[in-house]
Amino acid sequence: MGLERAFADEPAFVPYLAAGDPSYEASLEYVEALARGGADVIELGLPFSEPIAEGKTIQNAIVRSLEAGMTPDRFFEFVEDLDVDVPLVCMTYYNLIYQYGEGDSESRSDSENASGETASQGPRPFVEKAAAVGIEGLVVPDLPAEEAAPLRQACDEFGLDLVFIVAPTTKGDRLERMLEQVSGYVYVQARLGVTGAREDVDDATEESLARLSDWDVPKAVGFGIKTGDHAERIVSAGADGVIVGSALVDIVAEGHENGDPVDEVADRLEAKARELKDGALRGAAERPQPERT
Amino acid sequence: MSTDDAHDPKFGEYGGQYVPEALMPAIEELTDAYQRYVLENEDGFMDEFRERLADFGGRPTPLQYADQLSARYDTDVYLKREDLLHGGAHKLNNALGQVLLAKYMGKERIIAETGAGQHGTATAMAAAHLDMPCEIYMGETDIARQRPNVFRMRINGSEVNPVTVGRGTLKEAISETMRDWATTVENTHYVIGSIVGPHPFPKMVRDFQAVISEEAREQAIEKTGGLPDSVLACAGGGSNTMGTFAHFVDDDGEPRSPEQSSDDEPRDRVDLYAVEAGGSSLQVDEEEGVAPNSATLSTGDEGVLHGARTKLLQDSDGQIMESHSVSAGLDYAGVGPELAHLVDEDRVTPVNVDDDAALEAFHRLSQDEGIIPALETAHAFGYLEEHHDEVGDTVIVNVSGRGDKDLETVIEETSKRDLDIAPDMSIFERVGGGGL
Repeated sequence: MGLERAFADEPAFVPYLAAGDPSYEASLEYVEALARGGADVIELGLPFSEPIAEGKTIQNAIVRSLEAGMTPDRFFEFVEDLDVDVPLVCMTYYNLIYQYGEGDSESRSDSENASGETASQGPRPFVEKAAAVGIEGLVVPDLPAEEAAPLRQACDEFGLDLVFIVAPTTKGDRLERMLEQVSGYVYVQARLGVTGAREDVDDATEESLARLSDWDVPKAVGFGIKTGDHAERIVSAGADGVIVGSALVDIVAEGHENGDPVDEVADRLEAKARELKDGALRGAAERPQPERT
Repeated sequence: MSTDDAHDPKFGEYGGQYVPEALMPAIEELTDAYQRYVLENEDGFMDEFRERLADFGGRPTPLQYADQLSARYDTDVYLKREDLLHGGAHKLNNALGQVLLAKYMGKERIIAETGAGQHGTATAMAAAHLDMPCEIYMGETDIARQRPNVFRMRINGSEVNPVTVGRGTLKEAISETMRDWATTVENTHYVIGSIVGPHPFPKMVRDFQAVISEEAREQAIEKTGGLPDSVLACAGGGSNTMGTFAHFVDDDGEPRSPEQSSDDEPRDRVDLYAVEAGGSSLQVDEEEGVAPNSATLSTGDEGVLHGARTKLLQDSDGQIMESHSVSAGLDYAGVGPELAHLVDEDRVTPVNVDDDAALEAFHRLSQDEGIIPALETAHAFGYLEEHHDEVGDTVIVNVSGRGDKDLETVIEETSKRDLDIAPDMSIFERVGGGGL
């Protein structure tokens, strides 16, 4: 488990794109552009048909990717085809993880044991495959700590980090329960709601960071970060990294709608990535220096 | 009412709480409120709920002997008349319960999703009755086929938000309502319309709907001196189904423990049939991601959707399929986790009826008994028509709702088919109007 290393020396820039949006080949180019622009960890979305935690921007990206033929197996091929030297995290919903490796319904019923469970039922086959292709961590927005034990066990077995999301509403006992499960980094949700770029930075971010101040795990803030200035403010407020999705997906969507050449869109993504990474670095420079003793 | 532990989120392996972290504190708050107000009657919540169900809702609803159907099938057929509840469907039981609970919890705003519009209508009525602002999410496909209910929601003062993603039906409306809730969770209660979603919704909604079977069981004993051989209810998400079955589930022919037994409690076996929408076919087109049915209990596989582990219509990757039924109220790719569990335990028998048989049953009940049923309900009567020899000598069928909302759909779908039982609809052509 090693995602923490990405946050060790400087604030991490963690971009998100839906894998396969708007096509398999273009998406490879786009992810590689993010790496060139300074990504420290890349979150790759494996599209699920019912993405209840996503706003319109990422919902639409998921629809484009599914329509272009993305499946869990294609996703793993995608990861293998990527030419990047950056840790990769898979962000998806639990049903795809739970179903992976079960085969069709006929073979499922054939392999049922006495208790009605199948030999491959549960998250283990997915995690095993993810580890084999080089995925280092998972983010599962519809899997709270209460339901995470089977996935946590599989991630431990195959050496993957399991990243949890802390919301502005997460307080008290829930924080303690979550701390027992977190590894890699914690995804700090900057404000209530679903994903989507915003024009401002919510005060809830600073409050959430303050609640987590004694957690010995990197804290990456996501939801609504759109510009280098946002990244600067978030990091100067104490975040160890920034997670940016919708603002990047917007660039992909606009390029797709306008029929722009893939390399031009990739250049824009690289430039945006650099802007966000530079903002995060500026934020780190502005932090109060620890007092010398 | 249930004596289940409010803090046990599972029915066997089904159920649970698979939701974004932002919602978990609200779900914990709701679980606590369910325990205190619903299970323990704190502050007299359940007394007020039952009083409002009686005075505002019109409970108890009758258990009516159906003369013509009984003669036709040579079986005593009793109808539990939830269509006579205020609003015209069983949905008010749950909507009133949850809106009242939201008020006890100090919430300031109600949101809900709806498929056929009956839950949206019931929620809008309950919100108006209890003076709470309310917004309803509804797929645009369902808005088009359920216009009367859309009008009713608006007339009762609720906003109706069209959902345009996907196929624009209940599945998409639920996802969109969860997104709203994730944004507004601190002051808003989400009135889930069926026994689906994260714990405690499946148990809580069942408990609010269990008044149906509580009454039906007592009424059956009173009218017939015993329990029915079978109970039939249509199944979409499953709230009407579980409400109709809840107080019969323990009538399984098994010996009771000494604490549970009493001389006046019959202990017969009551067979429970959940009648799903067979749509146009039980076959699926996996490549297109379409199941031309909503027969989740009969054909679905275990998975996780909208907060719960349950049976789902999904492809081999775990992507959720588009479902289909002529009845918008049954058109959902999931089903309540408790029903999925009871099917696995062989306590509930899942069966299905296709669109054609449901339409025929719609016309038959209308003509034979003077009851225009909801298309959802018509599925249960479609099963009775085909299998009346198998349901025993006495059967209760839940008339889950009235069919006024479905008349446009029935006219359109009937005109596409050659149904001997359907009335001659040419009068509409002669007067130059097709719609209502």
